[in-house]
Amino acid sequence: MKGKKLFLIGTLLLGFIFASGTVYSAKRMIQIKGSDTIVNLVQILSEEFMARNPGKAIAVMGGGSGTGIAALINGTCDIANHSRPMKSKEKILCKEKRVDTRTFVIAIDGLSVIVHKDNPLKEMIMEKIGAIYRGDITNWKEVGGPDMVISLYGRQSNSGTFVFFQEHVLGKQDYSPHMKRMNGNAQIVEGVIQDKSGIGYVGVGYVIDTKSRKIRNDLTVLNVAKNAESKAYSPMDKAAVDSGDYPVARPLFQSTNGKPEGDVALFIKFINSPEGQKIVEREGFFPIGKDIISDNFKNMK
Amino acid sequence: MKKKKFSDLKESVIKAFFFTNGILTVMILFGIFALLLFTAIPAFREIDLKEFFTSHQWNPTSPVKEHYGILSMVAGTFMVSLGAMIIAIPIGIGTASYLSDVAHWKVREIVKPIVEILAGIPSVVIGFLGIVLFGPILAKIFGTSNGLNAINGSLLLAIMALPTIVSISEDSLSAVPKTYSDASLALGANRWQTLVRVKLPASLSGIIAAVMLGMGRAIGETMTVLMATGNAPAFPRGFLSSIRTMTATIAIELGEVPYYSTHYYALFAVGLVLFLITFILNLLSDVILNKYQEREQ
Repeated sequence: MKGKKLFLIGTLLLGFIFASGTVYSAKRMIQIKGSDTIVNLVQILSEEFMARNPGKAIAVMGGGSGTGIAALINGTCDIANHSRPMKSKEKILCKEKRVDTRTFVIAIDGLSVIVHKDNPLKEMIMEKIGAIYRGDITNWKEVGGPDMVISLYGRQSNSGTFVFFQEHVLGKQDYSPHMKRMNGNAQIVEGVIQDKSGIGYVGVGYVIDTKSRKIRNDLTVLNVAKNAESKAYSPMDKAAVDSGDYPVARPLFQSTNGKPEGDVALFIKFINSPEGQKIVEREGFFPIGKDIISDNFKNMK
Repeated sequence: MKKKKFSDLKESVIKAFFFTNGILTVMILFGIFALLLFTAIPAFREIDLKEFFTSHQWNPTSPVKEHYGILSMVAGTFMVSLGAMIIAIPIGIGTASYLSDVAHWKVREIVKPIVEILAGIPSVVIGFLGIVLFGPILAKIFGTSNGLNAINGSLLLAIMALPTIVSISEDSLSAVPKTYSDASLALGANRWQTLVRVKLPASLSGIIAAVMLGMGRAIGETMTVLMATGNAPAFPRGFLSSIRTMTATIAIELGEVPYYSTHYYALFAVGLVLFLITFILNLLSDVILNKYQEREQ
């Protein structure tokens, strides 16, 4: 009887120790949340960071840029990933809640417009893509393709890519109500691969084959031209993305509340290091230049 | 004398304890209803009630003009739920009849737990099946370019509602007193007639309850439809078009909405409408059940 009681107390004590241990480590874990476009990239960056710095822990979650920024404002994450700049509404909210955001550019993305691999189209003008997504053009034959009703794939409104595309390609107009609102980049890719009349937009990291580091062969990535006069460029063309000739390139961001400190600062420094930027490049995104890196370091002080 | 007082006290404490337990669910229900109601009402300071219920445009984040009309998503919700019931009710009752009347008891002992395990599959996994398996198959069958549509959602919800319908229907079929079927068989009815004209009517209350529970699951289910129906906010043109349900709208938009904005209140208003729909459904099934039981007595 006595032995049993002792055993019980022992297990209870052990339980408490474990429980408090996990609480303690959870406190030190860096929480990152936001953009679905960069969730894989940041996940890999954090794995490499943890491998180099044993004992540090980072948890990375997706959910969309809007969700990440909301989490930063509500104080439920340390770093927010976002693929669009903060909206003025969000900035006002930050001021109200006394959140002093510091924003860092971590990579450049050539946002890719994808179609089914059987689609004969290889390039398109920005204005036409906008018209397709606004619902003004509804058949592929209107843009020189086969006679098929276009089926649109896009993101949900909490996505930074959704907002970026709306502002830069649709000209701040509404999306067609017939656009399918998918959960993430991977679902858009999955949908377009199966849909002969599909068109979608995803971060360039999602059209790269993870093994060969080349464009996947089960879909077509359209070359995009600024207007009817200019040449169309591929989102994989580094020079065109850098010079702005590829018209839908965009920076990808991370934001913190206040000056980054401790492990958070170490992690951001790691991303800005040559090692970190090599990983960015390996994952299909484009590294940030010297100017942006020095801006980032200024921003950390 | 003192002892009696103590036992009286004990009695009343226990009574109070069970009373609190009993009243707790009622209080939780009223609490949820009140929360929904009071968070939904501010939405109508800026949204026209008529627009809310009759417009089919829902676009609260539009850069051009915001629209708050729930007609399309109400239609979407009803389409997938009704579709699911059309598929699940015949199969569910058929399976239940087979298990209770036809199958050997050994088969029943194996099959019934397996059907119940089906209920334990996470909705995300079922939604995933909808994207990679049912979607392409449906696209081929109907000759559409993709399978992210209302039928896909209906099929998946039917799969999710089946375990409930089968399990509860089978229980109520098995609960029909043996004397009923004995009498029927003794009067010369065959097994089919006994099942259809005696056992099924006798267990109707249980079967209706099973169907209603299944329907409740279908209307409230979020993740599966969110993944498999494409979520296009346009008013559905038919079962082959992509639809967006009320639950999916709330799930997609609540994560990013600024607190205490019109959009935020509007989402609660959608939740309130959803709550009222399921509440009325449950109430109706209760009324039907009671009426039926009265007649039986």
